[in-house]
Amino acid sequence: MSENKYFGSVPNAGKTDVKYDVVICGVGGQGAILASDILGRAAVAEGRAVQAAETHGMAQRGGSVENHVRIGSAYGSLIPKGGADLMIALEPAEAVRYAHLMKNGGVIIVNTEPVYPFTVTTGKAEYPDVDEMIEALSVSFSVKAFNASAAAKEAGGEQAANVVLIGAASHFIPLQEQTVIDCIKALVPPKFLEVNLKAFDSGKQSVSK
Amino acid sequence: MTKEYMLGNAAIARGIREAGVGVVSGYPGTPSSEIVDILRAQKDRDYYLEWSVNEKVAVEVAIGAAFAGARSIVTMKHVGLNVAADPLMTVCFAGTKGGLIILAADDPSFHSSQNEQDTRRYAQFAQIPCFDPATLQDAKDMIAYAFDFSERFETPVLFRPTTRISHGKSSIELGEIKPNANQADFVKDPSRMVMMPNFARPRHTASIERQKPMAEDLEKSPWNVLELCDDSEIGVISSGIASVYAKEALHALGINASFLKITAYPMPDNLILTLLRKCAKVLIVEELEPVVEEHVRILAQQNQITTEIIGKNPVPRVNELNFEICRDVMASVFTEQADSPARTVSNPPILPNIALPPRPPALCIGCSHRSAFQVIKEVFGKNAIFPSDIGCYTLGIHSGAVDTTICMGASISIASGIAHSGEKKAICCTIGDSTFLHTGVNSLMNAVYNNAKMTVAILDNRITAMTGHQPNPNTGSTAVGVDSLPVSLETICAAVGTRFIRAVDAYDYEALKIAFREAKNFDGVSVVIVQQACAIVARKAGVRRNPFAVLPEKCKGCRKCVNFGCPAIGFDKKDAVAVVNSQCIGCGVCAQICPFDAICEVKK
Repeated sequence: MSENKYFGSVPNAGKTDVKYDVVICGVGGQGAILASDILGRAAVAEGRAVQAAETHGMAQRGGSVENHVRIGSAYGSLIPKGGADLMIALEPAEAVRYAHLMKNGGVIIVNTEPVYPFTVTTGKAEYPDVDEMIEALSVSFSVKAFNASAAAKEAGGEQAANVVLIGAASHFIPLQEQTVIDCIKALVPPKFLEVNLKAFDSGKQSVSK
Repeated sequence: MTKEYMLGNAAIARGIREAGVGVVSGYPGTPSSEIVDILRAQKDRDYYLEWSVNEKVAVEVAIGAAFAGARSIVTMKHVGLNVAADPLMTVCFAGTKGGLIILAADDPSFHSSQNEQDTRRYAQFAQIPCFDPATLQDAKDMIAYAFDFSERFETPVLFRPTTRISHGKSSIELGEIKPNANQADFVKDPSRMVMMPNFARPRHTASIERQKPMAEDLEKSPWNVLELCDDSEIGVISSGIASVYAKEALHALGINASFLKITAYPMPDNLILTLLRKCAKVLIVEELEPVVEEHVRILAQQNQITTEIIGKNPVPRVNELNFEICRDVMASVFTEQADSPARTVSNPPILPNIALPPRPPALCIGCSHRSAFQVIKEVFGKNAIFPSDIGCYTLGIHSGAVDTTICMGASISIASGIAHSGEKKAICCTIGDSTFLHTGVNSLMNAVYNNAKMTVAILDNRITAMTGHQPNPNTGSTAVGVDSLPVSLETICAAVGTRFIRAVDAYDYEALKIAFREAKNFDGVSVVIVQQACAIVARKAGVRRNPFAVLPEKCKGCRKCVNFGCPAIGFDKKDAVAVVNSQCIGCGVCAQICPFDAICEVKK
C-alpha cells in the first residue's frame, strides 16, 4: 500500500518507534492526574510522541476515574480495548473495572488498599474480596499487588500512593528512571518532594520485573 | 523549538496569548472551564478578563469589545451557546471589527453534561465559520488563524473543541506570545451595529455572499486537506477529532484510501467534488450530527455524481467516536479492501467475572448540600416534588431529592409551572448561588409575580463549585482576584417581591428544620438561603474543624447517619455500629441527625 502521509502538525509530535499504552485508574482525588502528568511529561522530555485522555468535571467527585497515556502515539488518545501494556490502579476494584483495556499478559500494578464507594457504605452494594480480585486478574495478567497507601504513609504521606505506584511501574515503562524522577521534581511542590522521592523508591523496591 | 506537555485547554489558552488577545470573557462549563482559569492565572496578564454572570452576557461583552476593535474571545460549554443564541443569531449579521471568537466546547458522550449537541449546527444556522480541531496542536495553532480569519471576513467565528481535545494532553510545540497591542477605537457605524430592519436586511445578504469566498479561503488552509490516493477507488471524509480515529483505523486495517480532512467550515466544495469524482465509494466519519454528510449528499445531487455515499448508520450519531468504532465501521464498509485478520484480537485475556459496586460521583464529605437535601426530605416528605438545577447539587439525586434537571435556572420556573398545573403536592426546588445568578433570578421574579405556592432553596456555597471553583458575583472577588462587593441574595429576593426569606447556616440542622417548616407553610413563594462555604474551598482556605466519632456504646445501629450518605460514615457489620472514618472534616451534621446522641466531636 502507498503510505497515507500524516496530515497537520502531528509529524512533529515526536518519536513513535516505541509504543506503550498505559491506563491509570482509581477514585477521583487519589492523584491519577498527577501520575499521568509525570509519565506524559517524561515522554515529552525524551522526545517521544504522547497522547493522553483525562477524566475531569463530574467524575472527579469521588467517582471512578480513568486516564489513558499513549507513549509513542501519533494518533488518538484513547487506548483500544485489549490494547494497554500496563495498568496503574490506585484502587483494587478499579483495576477490575478497567481490566478490559488490558492486553493479554499485560502488567497490572495495583494498590490493594480499598476505597469504599457510598453505594457500599450505605449498604446498597457489596465490595468484593480484595484477594479474590487479585487472583482473578492474575489469570491473564502479570499482577504486581501491594499496599501502596501503606508504603506512602511510611514515606511520609498517604497522598503519595500515586508516586509509589509510578516507582513500581518504572521497571516496565520504556522511559529512563532519571527522566521520571526529574518530572516528579518538576511537578511536586518542594515541601512534598522528599516524601515523593521516598515514595518512588519504596514503590520501586516493592516490585521486581 | 519549545515543546511542552499540555492539557488541550492549556494549549488553547496558549493559542489565545499567541494571538495577542485583548478581551476574554466566559462562563464556566465542563469541558471549557480551564481556558479562562489558565488565562486568569497568568502573572504577566496584559489583557482584560472576566467571568461573566452567564453566557449571553459573556458573548455580549465580547461583542462590545470586538466592536471597539479589540481581539476578543468568549468561552463556554456547548449548552451555554443555547443561552447565548440570541446575540449569536444577530451578531452573525452585524459582523465584527476586531477578531471575535465564540468558543463552545462540545461534550459528545455526555461526560459531564445534560445533553450532547453539535455546535457545528449553530455555525450552519448562523452562517458563520466554525473551527473544529482534530488535534491539540491544531487547537492551539487554529486560534491565531481564526482571529485573522474573523478580521479578514469581518465575521464572528465559532470554535468548537470537544472533550477529547479540551481534556486530552499531548506534546505541544509553542509559538511566541504576542503582547496585547489592541487599540480600542469605537467608530460609530449604525448600518453595521444597529440591527434594525433596514440595516439588518442587507447584512443577511452580505452574510450569504461571503460563504463562497470563506470556503475557498479555508480550502487552501491546513485545516481542510485532501490526500488523493492514486491506486484506490475508495475515499474517506472525516471531520474534527474523528479524522484522527479514522486515520488510525485505516492504518490498522491496511486500507488504501483517498482522505479528506475537514476541520474548518464552510466546507471545501472543490475538494469534496474532486474526491467524489475520483471514488466509487465514500465513507463519511464524523461525531454526532451528519453535518458533512448532508452537505456532501447535496453536492453530489447538484453535480449528478453517483458515487456511493455512506455515513450515519453505520457511523453512530450518538456519543463520541473512537478508534474501535471507526475500525469496525470501515471493516464492514470496505470489506474488499480491509485485511480481515487485523480486526480480531487473537488470544484475548480472560477477564475477572466479579460484580463491582457502582462508583458514581457523590457530594463531598462535609458538603453543605447534603445537609440541605436531608432537611428538605425530612420537612417536605418523600412525596413532595423536588425540581433541581445544574451544579454539584444535581448529585442530590442520590439523596432522593432531585426530581427534575433540565438547564441552568430551570428549577424555579419548572417548580412554578408544576405549582400552577393544579398539582397539590408540596414543592421545594433547589438551585446553587451561581446558577441562581446565571438565570434563576428571572425565574424567581416570575414565580413571585405570578404567586406560585412553592419553596425555593438557594444552596449558597459562595462559589461555582462543580466546574472547578470559579468566583461569581456572590464570592467577593473577580476572576482576576480583585475584591468585589458580594451581591446580597436576600436583597435580590426581596427586590423581586419575595415576602418570605430566611438565611440559615447549613451546618445548623435545627435552625434549617425550623426555617423549612415555616417556608413550607407560607402561602406563596418562600425562599430559604442555605449558607456554608464549599467544603473544598474552606479546606483550601485553611478552615479546620474537629472531626466527629461514634460512641459505640450509645449507637443503636439504626443507620440514620449511614443513610445520610456521607462518604466519611460507614457501618461496622460485626459490631452493628456506625463508624466515622478519618476523612471526616467536622461539619457535625450527622451528630445532629443521630437520634441517640451517639456521635460527638473529638476535642483536641
